[in-house]
Amino acid sequence: MTTVPAELVGVAAAFPDVEFDSVLGDTVARASRDDVVGLLEAVYDAGYEMFIDLCAVDYLSRDPRFDVAINLVSVSQSLRLRVLVGIPGTDSKMPTVSTVYPGSNFYEREAFDLFGIEFSGHPDMTRILLPDDWEGHPLRKDVSVGSVPVQFKESNKAR
Amino acid sequence: MSKPPDIVPGDLEAPSGAPELAANELDAAPSDRRSVHDLWLSGTEAPRELGPFTDEGAQEMLAGESPELLADQTGTLVDDDYEGSGRSHDDELQIINMGPQHPATHGVLRLHLELDGETIRRVKPIIGYLHTGMEKTAEALTFMQGSTNVTRMDYLSPLHNELGYSLAVEKLLQVEVPPRAAAIRVLMSELNRIASHLLWSATSGFDIGALSMMIYGLRERESLLEFFEKTTGLRMNHNYIRPGGVAADLPSDWREDMVSIIETVESGLADYVTLLLGNPIFIERTRGVGILTHDECLAFGVTGPVARASGVDYDVRKVFPYSGFEQYDFEIPVTTNGDVYDRFLVRFEEIRQSIRIVRQVMETIPEGDYRTEDRKVTPPPRARIDESMEALIHHFKIFTEGFKVPAGETYQAVESSRGELGMYLVSDGGPKPWRLHVRGPSFANVQSLPMMLADSLIADTVAALASADPVMGDVDR
Repeated sequence: MTTVPAELVGVAAAFPDVEFDSVLGDTVARASRDDVVGLLEAVYDAGYEMFIDLCAVDYLSRDPRFDVAINLVSVSQSLRLRVLVGIPGTDSKMPTVSTVYPGSNFYEREAFDLFGIEFSGHPDMTRILLPDDWEGHPLRKDVSVGSVPVQFKESNKAR
Repeated sequence: MSKPPDIVPGDLEAPSGAPELAANELDAAPSDRRSVHDLWLSGTEAPRELGPFTDEGAQEMLAGESPELLADQTGTLVDDDYEGSGRSHDDELQIINMGPQHPATHGVLRLHLELDGETIRRVKPIIGYLHTGMEKTAEALTFMQGSTNVTRMDYLSPLHNELGYSLAVEKLLQVEVPPRAAAIRVLMSELNRIASHLLWSATSGFDIGALSMMIYGLRERESLLEFFEKTTGLRMNHNYIRPGGVAADLPSDWREDMVSIIETVESGLADYVTLLLGNPIFIERTRGVGILTHDECLAFGVTGPVARASGVDYDVRKVFPYSGFEQYDFEIPVTTNGDVYDRFLVRFEEIRQSIRIVRQVMETIPEGDYRTEDRKVTPPPRARIDESMEALIHHFKIFTEGFKVPAGETYQAVESSRGELGMYLVSDGGPKPWRLHVRGPSFANVQSLPMMLADSLIADTVAALASADPVMGDVDR
């Protein structure tokens, strides 16, 4: 328990398992999957009323493999908070936070589309950016960038 | 939830003749508004059972259709008393697709509209037509090359993309840019804001019928693009703001250019105010249309001029200042009606505030270097390579491998023309980003379209959509 901003002391006390930290000036809270919805409800009540961003990161060799980063802003108090949720690669699921912040709807679909993280309880867990029949989740680190066949590639051999 | 703040009027008064929207009109409105989850934001109900698809479209009838409906489809059924026929149901909604090739969607946005006569009941934005995997591309480019990638995302405010990316890299590197570089960044990003808002007013005016606005807005924007070309070499996708500073110093006669640009834009702006804001037809088309409330903006992460028109007093430049914005004196215009008209007011006022910042930069810009002296980040000047072995090594390392960024993760936001543009950057200590996530403001603003459009007339779709100013390059990335 290092640096907890004054507005979040109550939240930190209610969630002893959540680690608060300060990374390069940003307040970061690391929560488990089970805690995250309760934590966000408490954080919302603490004045972080604006949903900003949700995205996933694939650390591949780390355990847990994925991080889901949720960025929130308190407009009234001029504060930022980033909540990181670790998600194992074998069971890439977490509860939806769109019940607390409806704005996370599209962002969760994007994380599902690109990383294959399922948000249980999400109203419409479908692909958003890629076509519906796309196979795989391209932003995972075990998916390569790929290549496009180039015309006349064989011309040197023919000569 | 905080109360919407009072209007900051600035010097932009709505001309006389604009009707006052009664204060209680909007206060009463939210009670009629449906809840967030009732808006097909995401298919809040079970997907409708679809019959088998036919290749022939309307040519082929669906098997298993009732004889009555078949007769209706083939035109053999004559029904001359529509109201009393008993065949029309309350739930008979027509679904039409607007886009992705619709000219008013400003790109390849597709809107799935559920219509009850002329009234839109539900809207579902369908995106992804411009998805090019730029976040994946970013992982294959070095930190120095990365700004060429991000500049292509939001193609109407490329300098904000570059600025956000560069600030995020510098935050991880813990590199400080010289004061002149920071001032140049402020200047260029404010000019970009003016250019973007001018193009927006041109296309939005065009969309709601002010055809001359299209020509005027593009005409004034041209003066800015000429300055960008002179300074950065390109009219768009500049790759001008880079980690460590900017690519080149301002041209020697930039002050004269600024004076003429400010004169052009200010005289143009006076024309727009007369042309649009006092025009009864324009007022009729925009007042009370496409309303977003204060709380809805917060819930959906709507930022930028759209949120400020709804009374959300949030601007990254003021709340979380970056690149020295705290030194400049400017105001954030905030209005409370949250309709299309107010979005015009807010953006016009923002152009004036940006001009204020540009004027202050002209007075206060310090002399000095335009990029950091840190030779690990900035390539050495050409002349030094002939003299110094060390400079040659640095040059070689930067252009072959790229500079390494300490491991870590950070989130850096800037205020782009459309709202909060955030860069979530993760480095593993190598020369390429491990992950770059771009929080495009248009993505969240598009998400709020179901709120804006529900229970409005289909003719208002274009006005509301234009006022949200989505750039599909920013939405789909």
